[in-house]
Amino acid sequence: MSDTLLDIRGLTTRFSSPQGIAKAVDTVSLSLMQGETLAVVGESGCGKTVLALSILGLVPDPPGRVTDGSILYQGHDLLAMDESELRRIRGNQISMVFQEPMTALNPVFRIDDQIAEPLRLHQGLDRRAALAGAVDALALVGIPNPVKVARAYPHELSGGMRQRVMIAMALACNPAILIADEPTTALDVTVQAQILDLMNELKARMNGSLMLITHDLGVVARMAQRVAVMYAGKVVELCEVGPLFAEPLHPYTRGLLASVPVLGDRSELNPIPGIVPGIFDLPEGCRFRPRCKDAFDRCTTLPPLLEAGSGRRVRCWLHQ
Amino acid sequence: MGKHYKVTSGLLGLKTDAVRAVDGVSLTVSKGETLGLVGESGCGKSTLAKCVMGLESISSGRIVFQDRDVSDWPEKALRRKMQMIFQDPYSSLNPRQKIGSIIREGLDIHSIGTRAERRARVQELLGLVGLRPEHGTRYPHEFSGGQRQRVAVARTLALDPDLIVCDEPVSALDVSVQAQILRLLKTLQTRLDLTYVFISHDLSVVSHIADRVAVMYLGRIMEIGPGADIFATPRHPYTEALLSAVLTPDPTRRTERIPLSGELPSPMNPPSGCPFHPRCPKAFERCPQERPELRETAPGVQVACWLY
Repeated sequence: MSDTLLDIRGLTTRFSSPQGIAKAVDTVSLSLMQGETLAVVGESGCGKTVLALSILGLVPDPPGRVTDGSILYQGHDLLAMDESELRRIRGNQISMVFQEPMTALNPVFRIDDQIAEPLRLHQGLDRRAALAGAVDALALVGIPNPVKVARAYPHELSGGMRQRVMIAMALACNPAILIADEPTTALDVTVQAQILDLMNELKARMNGSLMLITHDLGVVARMAQRVAVMYAGKVVELCEVGPLFAEPLHPYTRGLLASVPVLGDRSELNPIPGIVPGIFDLPEGCRFRPRCKDAFDRCTTLPPLLEAGSGRRVRCWLHQ
Repeated sequence: MGKHYKVTSGLLGLKTDAVRAVDGVSLTVSKGETLGLVGESGCGKSTLAKCVMGLESISSGRIVFQDRDVSDWPEKALRRKMQMIFQDPYSSLNPRQKIGSIIREGLDIHSIGTRAERRARVQELLGLVGLRPEHGTRYPHEFSGGQRQRVAVARTLALDPDLIVCDEPVSALDVSVQAQILRLLKTLQTRLDLTYVFISHDLSVVSHIADRVAVMYLGRIMEIGPGADIFATPRHPYTEALLSAVLTPDPTRRTERIPLSGELPSPMNPPSGCPFHPRCPKAFERCPQERPELRETAPGVQVACWLY
């Protein structure tokens, strides 16, 4: 648990638009340990997806660019690599599962051809071996009748099956790190539960690490060991999962937890007032200040990520 | 005891293939209550909602709204009484129309009040849903998802309806905004004595807002009853499995998930007998042979299962 597999330091990704230049990810520092699941949680526009794309060198340029920081993977800086070096890592040692399996899969190729592609590319398998590997990968993710499904096209499969295919593809090369961006958001609850169980089981079997990007606190509670809460491009709280839910420190984290309806509980919800600021007009100082009921004069200066004991970090002046 | 909206529809024929999107559903909605419709994609909950709204014709059965068959209502009159909120606030508002004009449209169509009265009503509605008067002169793209959903709510309220069908009204919203809209819907219900049919795939949301809940599977109702009852003691094996899959934002509470085998069967070719039997952990020999009807098992609770 103690080996750092991925070390992100001061990562900043900027987007330019006619309205100016905005930092979608603003000096984010995070580490991912061997064998752990780290959840990155936040609402739309908080920068969690851009963070994932930055790690894999997939930020659309233009308009986006990683401008600062470093991402160390096994001692090498991913940001310093050229495209061909990165390609050797992407899909091979670090791979990604996207939210919408239907848009991530190519509709005109059969499933096995799509899974075979990374196997041929990264592991140099010939076509026959790669197709056999694709069937094995489908069996691994619990697809019944993998031989038949391998020859199917994406539209012939249900949403849950497609997401299993995406996971099979991402895991085909035994990556050390899997980044999953809202992997179950488009799925029904019973299917979501199956996919999450599957991801946990495979992660344990491969002793890999999982970076799970989600807005769903239920998914976080079920899956993660550590959690990074993001708001408007910044990490606002970083903590182990138990204490985060038991005693959230940042007012934003507290607000989020008070906003989630819990099954069977009809007590009043306490939503956070206002809306998430756009990245082009961020408030000065603490970015949560305009929506925070605990804000005071000091909050006009942006607080750093402060130590809050036992490896906990929180970006709030209340916890200095 | 107040008004009843009686729904007895069946055999919704879509095109030439007879897909029973909604099959033999009977339920009632009482005035002032919120009926939650839950189920996974393809269970027929949205089709049922469209039938209730009269947007989809039904192949058999009838839907009675305020003592009159929905098909007998003049459409314009029905629209004044029944309104709908849709899931996606990005596609349900015309991007070329100003917010004020979107909200006023119903009043214009029904020629209600003078111009000045309509304008005043729009201002009142904006206030009611927590928007500012000057928002009326802006366009939808200037608003966030949550604010757009507030506009959609204001639009449905313009004609002072009795029944509002909400089809996944908060599913596209962020958690903090979702809570704001849920709270708004609850407040408006008490203030304006509204009746809701609330459709969602999110059981936690439904448990929060609904008084009674109907659980649907492959076009049929599996279980219906008071929300408190159903969420505390689910009786149908499908409801049990569904609830066990819900994740709670609490890492210390880990419920044992009841695994469902297989995939959702195609509604084109539903299983014989109980539609749930191929995936049911408790199925026995009677289940594939005969279809169980809804039966009252406790006061107000009806279950379609041979175990009861």
